[in-house]
Amino acid sequence: MTSEQTTNTVITYRQALHDALRNELARDKNVILLGEEIGIFEGSYKITAGLLAEFGPERVRDTPIAEEGFVGAAIGAAMLGMRPVVEIMTLNFSLIAMDQIVNHAAKIYGMFGGQTPVPMVIRMPGGGGQQLAATHSQNLEVWFAHVPGLKVVAPSNPADAKALLLASIRDNDPVIFLENLSLYNTKGEVPNVEHVAEIGKAAVAREGTDLTVISYSRATTVALEVARQLAGEGISIEVVDLRSLRPLDRETVCASVRKTSLAVVLEDDWLSYGIGAEISATLMEGAFDYLDAPVRRVAAAEVPLPYAKPLELAALPDANDLIKVIRELLDATGFTPAAAEPLDSAI
Amino acid sequence: MPEVVMPRLSDTMEEGVLSRWLKKEGDTVRQGDVLGEIDTDKATMELESFEDGILEKLLVPEGTTVAIGQPLAVIGDGSGTARPEAEAAVSASASSVPSTPRASAPPVPKPTPAQPASSPAPASADARPDASTRRLLSSPLARREAVRHGLDPTTITGTGPGGRIVRADVEAAIAAAETEQPPVEEEPQSTGRGTQPDQPPSSAQASVEIPLTQMRKVTAQRLTESAEAPHFYLTVVVGVDALFRFRSEVNERFADQDVKVSVTDLLVRACAVTLRHHPQVNSSWAGDKILAHQRINIGVAVALDEGLMVPVVTGADDKSLNTIAAQTQSLAEKARSGTLKLNEFSGGTFTISNLGMFGIDNFTAVINPPEAAILAVGAATDEPYVQDGELRSRRVMKITMTSDHRVLDGAIAAAFLSELKRTLEDPLRIVI
Repeated sequence: MTSEQTTNTVITYRQALHDALRNELARDKNVILLGEEIGIFEGSYKITAGLLAEFGPERVRDTPIAEEGFVGAAIGAAMLGMRPVVEIMTLNFSLIAMDQIVNHAAKIYGMFGGQTPVPMVIRMPGGGGQQLAATHSQNLEVWFAHVPGLKVVAPSNPADAKALLLASIRDNDPVIFLENLSLYNTKGEVPNVEHVAEIGKAAVAREGTDLTVISYSRATTVALEVARQLAGEGISIEVVDLRSLRPLDRETVCASVRKTSLAVVLEDDWLSYGIGAEISATLMEGAFDYLDAPVRRVAAAEVPLPYAKPLELAALPDANDLIKVIRELLDATGFTPAAAEPLDSAI
Repeated sequence: MPEVVMPRLSDTMEEGVLSRWLKKEGDTVRQGDVLGEIDTDKATMELESFEDGILEKLLVPEGTTVAIGQPLAVIGDGSGTARPEAEAAVSASASSVPSTPRASAPPVPKPTPAQPASSPAPASADARPDASTRRLLSSPLARREAVRHGLDPTTITGTGPGGRIVRADVEAAIAAAETEQPPVEEEPQSTGRGTQPDQPPSSAQASVEIPLTQMRKVTAQRLTESAEAPHFYLTVVVGVDALFRFRSEVNERFADQDVKVSVTDLLVRACAVTLRHHPQVNSSWAGDKILAHQRINIGVAVALDEGLMVPVVTGADDKSLNTIAAQTQSLAEKARSGTLKLNEFSGGTFTISNLGMFGIDNFTAVINPPEAAILAVGAATDEPYVQDGELRSRRVMKITMTSDHRVLDGAIAAAFLSELKRTLEDPLRIVI
C-alpha cells in the first residue's frame, strides 16, 4: 500500500465494500450475491447499490425472508462451484441460519473427506450504538470464531474492508465477514490498485512502546483515537488490529506485547468468554515472561444492550473506559511518561 | 516460673505423645536433664530440660497426645506454686491450637505455631493474607529481569498493587546496586551485587548485618534439611595408642616415598573397610525407600570461612592409605581455594567430621543429608585406667556416631561402631 506508484483515494467503508463486490462480480462469473433486498432496494445499507442493474438478476438475487433457506442455498451453490456472497440483513438474523452455518458450511469439507470445498462469504453488519434495542444490536463474533471450519474477519477501516472482502470471496473456505454498522460512513484511504489481504494477519495499526491495545473492527478506531490522545502526554501506545478473528494472528499479538510488556484488549462484545479472554490466554502462552502486569480487558457491559440512548452508550466501551484502564496499568507498573509528543494531526 | 512445652521435633510434627516421664514431681532437675520421652510419628525422642530447678508439676499423664507448644510440666523454685493457667491450658490441649508463647516461656524450644504449608491463593486482590504469610508477588517480567541480572527478588521492594514487584522496581534495584557497589575487595565466594551491606560497620551500631554468601546459604539449608532426620547418638571410647604408633611407623618407614598419613586418613580408611560389612550404614533415606549404596564414598568435613565443604574420597575401601592421604590433602586444599569440582564434593555415602585438632574432646555432628550417619571424632587424650590392680595411663579418643533413625536402628549402628572401634584399636585391620 505504500509503494510509490500506488495512489490512494479516500472513500467510505461502505464504498470500499461496494467496490470489492463489484470488482469480484466483474472478475469471476461464478461470484453471485444473495440476500434480502439487495437487488431492487439496493441493500438495507446500500452496499449493493447499482449491482443488480449492472450484473442482472441471475448474479444479484433478492431472496425471501428466510435466512436458513438462502444460506442453505448458497452452501449448495458453493459446493457446485459458485462463489456466493450472502448478505444477512443484520448479524442478529444469522441466528436463524446458525444450523446451516455451523453444521453445514463449516463442516462439509471436513466431514466428507475434502471432496468439496464450500467457497462462500456471509456478510453481515452488527454492533450497537444505533438504538436498535437488544435483539438488533449484538456482537456475536465469538459464536462464529469458536467454530473450526469457518474463517472470521472483522475489518476496521475501508482499505482492509476492501482487501479482506476480495480475499474472502477468493477463499475456498466459508468466511464470516463482520461489518460494524457504525463503520459504514467512516472514511479512509484505499489504494486504487487491486489489493488482496491475507486472511489471518493482524496489523500493527500504530506503533508504540509503552502498552499494547489489541482490538478489532469499530473498537480499533477507538483505540487509535486514544493512542493519539495519550501520545500528547508522552505515553506511547501500540495498537494491534486483529482484522481476522479466526485464524487469529497470535504471533503479531505476542510480538507486540513482548515489546511493550503491558496489554489491554478492547472489544465491543461481552466480556465473559470474549475475544479478550482468548487474547489473554494467548499472551499467557506466548508472552508470559514479558508481562509486567495482568492482561486487562475492556468490553461491553454484560447486559442485553439497552434501547435508551444514554444507557446504550453507557453499556458500550468507549475511549474513557479504555483510558482509565490504561492509566491503571501504567500507574501499577511505575510508568513515567516520556517528554510529550506534539499531538498528531487528526485524520 | 518456666513451663516445659511440647517441642517441635521435626518439620512435619504437629503433636507428640508424652510416652514416659523419667523424672517425678519434686525432683531437682538441671539444664540438659532428660525429663521424659516423646513419641512422634517417626521416632521416640528425649524431652530435655532447659532450666535448672525443681520439677514442681507434671501436667500431663503418660500416654497423652499433646500439640506443639502446649505445656507439659512446670519447673519452679520449689515453692510449689504451679501456675493455674498452665493447668487450664492443658485441659484444653485436645485442641491443636498452640498457646501463645509467654514472656516467661523457655526460650529454646520455641513453640513455632504450625503454619499451613501454603495458604490457598486469595481469589480476589483485596483478600490478601498478612505480609508474613504472603507469597512474593512479582510480575513475570520483573522475575525474569531479576534473574537475568542475578538479583534476589526477595530483596526488592515491590511498588505495584499489593506490593507486586514490577519491572520498574527491578530496574531501580539494578541502578541502586550499580551506584552502591562500594570499592571493597570482593571475596571470591561472594554472591555478587545486591548483597552488600547497606551501611559500613560502625562501632555505634549494636549489630552489623552480614549478607549471606551462597555457601552459607547452602550450608544452612542442608543443615536445616538434616533437622528432619530423627537423630540418635552413640559414643564409644577408642584406645588409640596402637593407632598412633602405627601412624608414626608408616610415616617413618615410607618418608622417602613422601607418605604422610594423618589421623583423619586412618579414620577414612578404617570407616571404609568397616562399612563393607555394614551395608545398612552405607545407605540413605530416599523418602519412600532406602538406597543401599554399592560404593563406599567417605566425605571429610572441612571448615572454611564461608561455610562447610565436604569433599569426598570415592571408593575409599579400594584405595591404599597413601592414595587416600594424597587425595584428602589435595581435596582439602582445593576446598580452601574454592576450586573443588562438583564431583569432588558430591556422592558421599558417609561423612567424618574431625574436631580433634581443635582439642574438642567429644561432640555430636549433624547428619549430612541424605546420608544415614556421620562420625564425630574428638581429640586423643590420656586417661587413667586400672589393669591388673595397677593404675595405668592410655591414650583414648571419643568417637560419636549420629544416625538417622529412619534408616538405622540402634543395634545396627552399635554393631558398626563396635567393629570400627576394633579396627581402630587393631590398626593392621585397616590395611586389609
